[in-house]
Amino acid sequence: MAKVTIDGVTAEVPDGTTILNAARMIGGDLVPPAMCYYTKLKTSGGYCRTCIVQVTKGSDKDPRPMPKPVASCRTTVMDGMEVKNITSPELLEARAGVVEFLLLNHPLDCPVCDQAGECDLQNLAYANGKAGTRYQFPRREFEKIDIGDKVQLHMTRCILCYRCVKVADQITDGRVHGVINRGDVSEISTYVANVIDNDFSGNVIDVCPVGALTDKTFRFKSRVWYTKPVDAHRHCTKCTGKVRLWYKGEDVLRVTGRKDHYGEVNDWICNECRFDKKKTADWTIEGPSHIDRGSVISANHYESLKALKATIERQKKALPHGNKVSLGHGALDPNNA
Amino acid sequence: MAKKLLLEYDHVPGISTLDVYRRHGGYASLNKALKDLTPAQVLEEVKTSGLRGRGGAGFPTGMKWGFLARPEGVPRYLVCNADESEPGTFKDRYLMERIPHLLIEGMVLSSYALGANTSYIYIRGEYYYVARILERAIAEAYEAGLLGKNIFNSGFDHDCYVHVGAGAYICGEETALLESLEGKRGNPRIKPPFPAVAGLYGCPTVVNNVETIAAVVPIVRDGGAAYAGIGVGKSTGTKLISASGHINRPGVYEIELGVPVEEFIFSDLYCGGMRNGKKLKAVVAGGSSVPVLPADLILKTAAGEPRLMTYESLADGGFASGTMLGSGGFIVMDEDTSIVKNLWNFTRFYHHESCGQCSPCREGTGWMEKILHKILDGHGTLADVDLLWDIQSKIEGKTICPLGDAAAWPVASAIRHFRKEFEEYVTRPASIRDVKHYYRLHSMAEA
Ligand SMILES: Cc1cc2nc3c(=O)[nH]c(=O)nc-3n(C[C@H](O)[C@H](O)[C@H](O)COP(=O)(O)O)c2cc1C
Ligand code: SF4
Ligand code: SF4
Ligand code: FES
Repeated sequence: MAKVTIDGVTAEVPDGTTILNAARMIGGDLVPPAMCYYTKLKTSGGYCRTCIVQVTKGSDKDPRPMPKPVASCRTTVMDGMEVKNITSPELLEARAGVVEFLLLNHPLDCPVCDQAGECDLQNLAYANGKAGTRYQFPRREFEKIDIGDKVQLHMTRCILCYRCVKVADQITDGRVHGVINRGDVSEISTYVANVIDNDFSGNVIDVCPVGALTDKTFRFKSRVWYTKPVDAHRHCTKCTGKVRLWYKGEDVLRVTGRKDHYGEVNDWICNECRFDKKKTADWTIEGPSHIDRGSVISANHYESLKALKATIERQKKALPHGNKVSLGHGALDPNNA
Repeated sequence: MAKKLLLEYDHVPGISTLDVYRRHGGYASLNKALKDLTPAQVLEEVKTSGLRGRGGAGFPTGMKWGFLARPEGVPRYLVCNADESEPGTFKDRYLMERIPHLLIEGMVLSSYALGANTSYIYIRGEYYYVARILERAIAEAYEAGLLGKNIFNSGFDHDCYVHVGAGAYICGEETALLESLEGKRGNPRIKPPFPAVAGLYGCPTVVNNVETIAAVVPIVRDGGAAYAGIGVGKSTGTKLISASGHINRPGVYEIELGVPVEEFIFSDLYCGGMRNGKKLKAVVAGGSSVPVLPADLILKTAAGEPRLMTYESLADGGFASGTMLGSGGFIVMDEDTSIVKNLWNFTRFYHHESCGQCSPCREGTGWMEKILHKILDGHGTLADVDLLWDIQSKIEGKTICPLGDAAAWPVASAIRHFRKEFEEYVTRPASIRDVKHYYRLHSMAEA
């Protein structure tokens, strides 16, 4: 076991635990946001840099602080380590910088994006970003690409978290999906327009933190906050059959994996469950899903409106010109989200 | 005349052939090591020599070799970094082109010390013709029994391969290089694990620069102590400097570490002074990644001491008033040079070469380039200069690999030391309507 102190809260965690997971064990506001790490995907994390923290003491053995912020998702705790996250203003400033970089070329047209309402980037910007943008240049754009008949890729929205690449690598066989080109023109691609034809390919939709990979059978059927998530299962020979059904009225509009508090699925589900079982009769209903993160799904629909109002007030104060929010900054405006 | 250890025979006709190389003492070090020294003794000589990595970071080579994990039954690899893509650096090319056997002898020698039976030379794609030279030399070495099985009847076997990259700067970063060598996309790995523990194909690996490996040859020949006797303090031995820019004698020079910067620029032994009698304005002393320094600070430290060509002296004063020796890419700029244009050119390079894995470098490098372009286009504002400063500060230290830092440092140092020039550009845009440069800027941006 190793003793680690994060923002003044001390915990004992198993050896080899990352700082991020140690923070998740403690829970609460001191948990760093994570856009690319995904517990179920090996070698994930390290890319987006949103989870950076300041290590102010390396360990009891070697108490030197680490000179630069480190990615908490890829740094393991050492016995006696001390970490600052929300208690370090410099770190929060650095993170705001990372959020700005992630949003730099992001279209910020959340009102017309299918992911709005359940987008990790939207939530991240909402919690850690600054109002307004300092970027004065045209944003990069890509054409939409169909990856098979069920999944659509819109690179314009991609944050290159590599999660879908790891899914293709690790849970589907014969990877045909990866990254081509370099730098800010990198593209997620099914090399030479191959389609992903695999029973588990639909999971790329669930791991995508933004609206870059979406379910074509669901696209634009409804805003997510008008749908009602319900946990259900069926006997499936390929996967656990434990899913989340998204209802509008009596209709199942889509099927996804069950995501936890950090937006990670509990189980991968197969394409048959995801795309072909859209009748209530296919499923045994367990009951309404608990949605508990600061996403607009909960804010608008399920949980206290009081919290939402407080957040709106906070955002208004942060804006440079009183409370007028322009449409272009949709990501920052809860009314548009 | 300064002592030369690497380029002593670079002008001897035919030195690229095995025959001539051997007639000038070639492969004597290897012979000596395999006959008289144990691998541990070779390692000890390298430690004694104080040799530091010539690829840029200046990490002590003996220490790096000492870190190499040696689990039973697992192969170990030596990989030579011949990717040399940093603007301003061209010394490895010169060495390989002229004296390919020096590198190959160093490869076998170093591999012997490390217990590696296989080594790779990863060379950048644009050096295709140099790869051919190396391959010819390797074939000669095999034929003479200097590579392959049972070299010099010592029982030591070694195979050396040349691998030609596809011309990406990022593949010079050691872990990206290993990925590329394995046939994958050249993305830097997230460390730890370090290559010394899990490198090529997951096996313990040492990655060293061409010049570092070549330096092992004279170290074994003369002994580590003799090598350490050259230079100043912890900057021992000789170093190849790629000198370019507005000087009379651009080229590759082997210097004894410790030569005063002023002598290096103005002596006829080296750069031969400023071209056309112009005044010195600024120097980028260690390849495009290191901070640029104005004339007064490159010739003397902030404390007024003469600056020397050593790791320590060039770094004196930290980033506030110092720089780095880096890979030894010494770029000299005269009074007519526009720092802003030069910076835009560097920034454009880093933007183009970012692998795109991590957000600050992927997005920030392009943003900085666009702002610099805007300033050069006559549309900049004072706020843009502050914004540039803020962006570089948000890239530095927050990325996976040091390319992010390499993109940030030139911006920071240019603004730190030449802020007035930026201000001139944004307050008097007419001052940059120099037709020739303006045209060039646009044609380059389109290319
Ligand atoms: C973006 C980037 C590019 C690099 N390019 C080179 C290169 O072309 N050649 C080189 O020897 N080292 C290069 N390096 C440094 C290597 O990562 C590594 O430190 C070096 O090869 C180690 O060798 P040395 O200890 O002999 O210097 C580069 C580093 C970075 C971050
Ligand atoms: S498409 Fe989605 S999951 Fe894939 S890299 Fe982009 S943001 Fe990540
Ligand atoms: S710093 Fe730049 S080059 Fe290095 S890993 Fe990150 S994106 Fe790639
Ligand atoms: S979550 Fe750690 S770097 Fe992305």
